[in-house]
Amino acid sequence: MPPKPAVIWMSVIVALGLAVQSAAAAAPPLSDFTSVSVELPEADRLFPDGPGAEAMNANCLACHSAGMVLSQPPLPQAAWLAIIRKMQSAYKAPVDETDVELILNYLVQLKGSD
Amino acid sequence: MSSPDDIISRRLFLAGAGSAGLSMVAPLPPVLAEEAIDLGLPGGVGQRRLTSAFPGKTGMILQRTRPPLLETPMQVFDKEIITPNDRAYVRWHWADIPLDIDADAFRLAIRGQVNSPLRLTLSDLLRMPSLDYVAVNQCSGNSRGFVEPRVPGAQWANGSMSNSRWTGVPLRHILDRAGLRRGALFVRFAGLDEPLMPDAPDFRKSLSVDHARDGEVMVAYAMNGEQLPLLNGFPLRLVVPGWYATYWVKMLSDIEVLDRPDENYWTTKAYLVPDNPAATMTPGETVTMVPIGAMVPRAFITNMTGDRTLPAHTPLTLRGIALGGDCGVSKVEVSTDAGASWRLAHLGSDLGRYSFRRWQSAITLPPGRAAVMVRCTNERGLSQPLTANWNPSGFMRNSVETLHLIVA
Repeated sequence: MPPKPAVIWMSVIVALGLAVQSAAAAAPPLSDFTSVSVELPEADRLFPDGPGAEAMNANCLACHSAGMVLSQPPLPQAAWLAIIRKMQSAYKAPVDETDVELILNYLVQLKGSD
Repeated sequence: MSSPDDIISRRLFLAGAGSAGLSMVAPLPPVLAEEAIDLGLPGGVGQRRLTSAFPGKTGMILQRTRPPLLETPMQVFDKEIITPNDRAYVRWHWADIPLDIDADAFRLAIRGQVNSPLRLTLSDLLRMPSLDYVAVNQCSGNSRGFVEPRVPGAQWANGSMSNSRWTGVPLRHILDRAGLRRGALFVRFAGLDEPLMPDAPDFRKSLSVDHARDGEVMVAYAMNGEQLPLLNGFPLRLVVPGWYATYWVKMLSDIEVLDRPDENYWTTKAYLVPDNPAATMTPGETVTMVPIGAMVPRAFITNMTGDRTLPAHTPLTLRGIALGGDCGVSKVEVSTDAGASWRLAHLGSDLGRYSFRRWQSAITLPPGRAAVMVRCTNERGLSQPLTANWNPSGFMRNSVETLHLIVA
């Protein structure tokens, strides 16, 4: 289908009062895109040593850095178990049942609230 | 030695004090001169590092390195009503984020229940009619770290939001060019990021056809007049003004028109809130959950933090930002007596109904302890509750902010 002239489209948009324009001057229109190549900082921190730390490092760091866990508030054991189950069922983390108990105990030790 | 931040905030503070002979409160500490910040979350664990290690980002609160969660410090909102691109917050779900994007090779696919599937280049989009407006992008979980009882998730303070001028193509134009088939019900959006586990759910969000065709939802290719920073979704991002950022799909590469409701995980299982206006429940309660949608009004104080000693009987400038949610700001009120009485604040210029709005108020405090509050009411008459909502994901928090000050 051939494109309609832009002027028609703009008049349609304006006529329907759809533009949410502000009084501030619009930025000059972008005329070109530059390809992008970047690097992200390494996430190399391991979980603090303790019983279950190996299971934590082996199971949790594939998808997210340790900081996600270390910045969490203290939570009840049931909440931590629910999070482990969510990682397994929703996000498909392949956590062995033998490791679940190790991970749960580690999290309760580190971030338990009851 | 003063950092640039320090100089800017001091100068702006003087400007903000106006000509009414208001005395100055010392500006907030410069964020770039600090290595660490304490977000003051209830029960602690609020210590974070500030980072400039991410591409295109300066002085961000590091919430998570991988996938990146970077929060905007509140001082940024005090300085400029439009958030600079290098200070706009960052949130990704999956760690497999393409880091090399060829602008010429990139294609945006429009497929599914359409008469003419499209594969658009970035140049194609530049040649289409454009739309341009300022809109707040706010994470559904903004302020989650303040929710009590505490809930798991990214432990944001108030800075998982930013305000940018977006330029792009109305989604309606793209959909109409592809031609929706009869029976089209929903439009589903996906980006270039991928889960690491092959069977994990790719991040996808949907809008109803009517919402997608409202003329305001856009496929944005510019943020504050520049191409998007990679971490904010280069080259394209869906912009859904007035709605929470979960719908603003980054690195948008796939638009799929469905003739049925979207059953994917991110629509049916994630980003759900209790089905009531405040999105609230008691812990453990069984309630109907629905997908999060429109934002609600909020106001923030940006030029003072709690636990500071201020001079008594002295006119001071209280200043901040407000947003209406899915409509404009109607009024902002300030209380210096813990909510017993409220006074209208002066509103700054209107950059459009989806933008932050600056507010300012002159206050004079008696000696002792003061609880200073600010409350926004939007153009629909919706105001902020004094009591915080609670839900298991910490979504849609918008209760009135209280600043506890010592006055002497």
